[in-house]
Amino acid sequence: MNFVLLHYLLLKGGRDATLLLFSGLGFVPRGLVLQLVEGYLCLQNILIPRGTQDNCCDEASANNSKEEPCFDGEDDPIDNATLVQSSDGEAHYYDFHIVYSNSYRVPVLYFRGYCIDGQPLVLDDIEKDLPANSSKILTESKWTFITQEEHPYLNRPWYTLHPCGTCEWMKLLYANKAPMVKGVPVDQYIISWFSVVGQVIGLRTPLEMMRS
Amino acid sequence: MERDSKKEARNYVWEGAIPLQIHLHQSEVTTLPSPPPALILAPRIGYLPLLVPQVKPFFSSALPPGVDTVWFDYKGLPLKWYIPTGVLFDLLCAEPERPWNLTVHFRGYPANILTPCENEDSVKWSYINSLKEAAYIFHGNCKNVMNMSQADQFELWQSVMNAGNLESYLRVSSKLKFGIFGDTFSLRLNSSSVKSRERAELDAAGTVTSGRIPVRLYVWSIQEDFDNLEDAPSFDSWDKISYINRPAEIREEGKCFSLGDAMKMLLPEIFGDKASASGDISKTEVEDYLKLNPEEASNIEGTKVMAESKDVESCNLSKSAEIKLLRIQGIEPKLEIPFTWLANNLMNPDHFLHICVYVKVPELTTI
Repeated sequence: MNFVLLHYLLLKGGRDATLLLFSGLGFVPRGLVLQLVEGYLCLQNILIPRGTQDNCCDEASANNSKEEPCFDGEDDPIDNATLVQSSDGEAHYYDFHIVYSNSYRVPVLYFRGYCIDGQPLVLDDIEKDLPANSSKILTESKWTFITQEEHPYLNRPWYTLHPCGTCEWMKLLYANKAPMVKGVPVDQYIISWFSVVGQVIGLRTPLEMMRS
Repeated sequence: MERDSKKEARNYVWEGAIPLQIHLHQSEVTTLPSPPPALILAPRIGYLPLLVPQVKPFFSSALPPGVDTVWFDYKGLPLKWYIPTGVLFDLLCAEPERPWNLTVHFRGYPANILTPCENEDSVKWSYINSLKEAAYIFHGNCKNVMNMSQADQFELWQSVMNAGNLESYLRVSSKLKFGIFGDTFSLRLNSSSVKSRERAELDAAGTVTSGRIPVRLYVWSIQEDFDNLEDAPSFDSWDKISYINRPAEIREEGKCFSLGDAMKMLLPEIFGDKASASGDISKTEVEDYLKLNPEEASNIEGTKVMAESKDVESCNLSKSAEIKLLRIQGIEPKLEIPFTWLANNLMNPDHFLHICVYVKVPELTTI
């Protein structure tokens, strides 16, 4: 699955994303770089301020919030690392990884949250950080639920949005357009996928992505 | 005849067991003398946490006060509880140790390494999840599993839980219509000798497929060579094992799709041709991307991307990688065996074929 374009667009949108290219054996021998079998996309150290959760999704406070790129016509990249959290709530950091599932043939989101001192967050805390309507989506939809599973590459427990329903809701997304999801170009697919999943976790999709 | 031999293979798999000698971790022993180890026969197709009710009575009087959070380790390595016991044994014990010496802990769950396992329900959920995944690989949807009645789910889990009732398992799992795997070559080969009963079985299953087979590969890449299994280096971290959860796709090439063919397909970077793996990020895609963003080259971690196209044919990796050991259900099958036979007969109750491989790879040379 080609994450390269999503990576490029995320970077353009001001996200500090890293594309990790990973060979199935856990090492990438030099000189064999281009024999990539799988890769996954990382968004590391996204800062989600606590206490200002309601403002986060509000475009008006784009200057204050950390993970939103500016939408008002400008294209200023925002440096996630240096903005200082002004509220008195403790800041939470998140890492998001997008991995391709060979079984379900869809991208899967893995994420974890931690405090500034590295202490991992439990699911209850994470749910409080999610956008207000996201918990509604999670409880009401049979298609999206969060489970704790082992990260396929990092051998540690991470949280994930279970992939078994992805194909179904992606089909809904494309119901009016292409007759089959298969007919959709991969790049477009992954952006559509991200636009839905991003809402659940509070990452806005840069408008740029939609335009391109 | 065919039917009987299949039943035999299934019985063997179902009845396979590993003798365990389980020791309580020293830090949790509060009595003198320390309790003797528990000797338990663990079903290969089962899971370690399910043994706790059998194990606990041996140690409960010695435990410190507190809530139990059970986990096992082998030579210090915390064991992943959602991997079937037989697979753990095949993978971690190069030279099979009988009995297999494990340590049990009732405190101090390593939550940073292992996903939580509270009780039998956690294991059941994990099993059902794997079954769903296998169903998805097979049918393209999980409907059959998700629509199982409560009674069926209960019966299925009960039969799997301690490798109890094979008949009961077969009865419920047949409703899931997994059918059997077949490639057209094997079917053609067998059709002349197929008895009418077998043909009926094929028809009843309805879904003989030459599609995707659920496989879970556990690969240990070793750089040092060894001749005897007992000389195999031991490992202390799961980071040294690559877990590859990727369905095998049968390629119709007019000949039988063997285990060796499947391995080439699943581990192309070791055994196959450079171009054979599907889903790769292609060289041209990476080049195009870098043309757009030359400054991103440094962001692509762990790799050194060369702007000019290099001749990857000069790489010798695939020629010198070697399978040192390949185990499925404790057996070391020949690479020529038809893969579909293995899938049909040696799969676990989660409908996955779990394969443990030790691969010798050449030393990495730094450029």
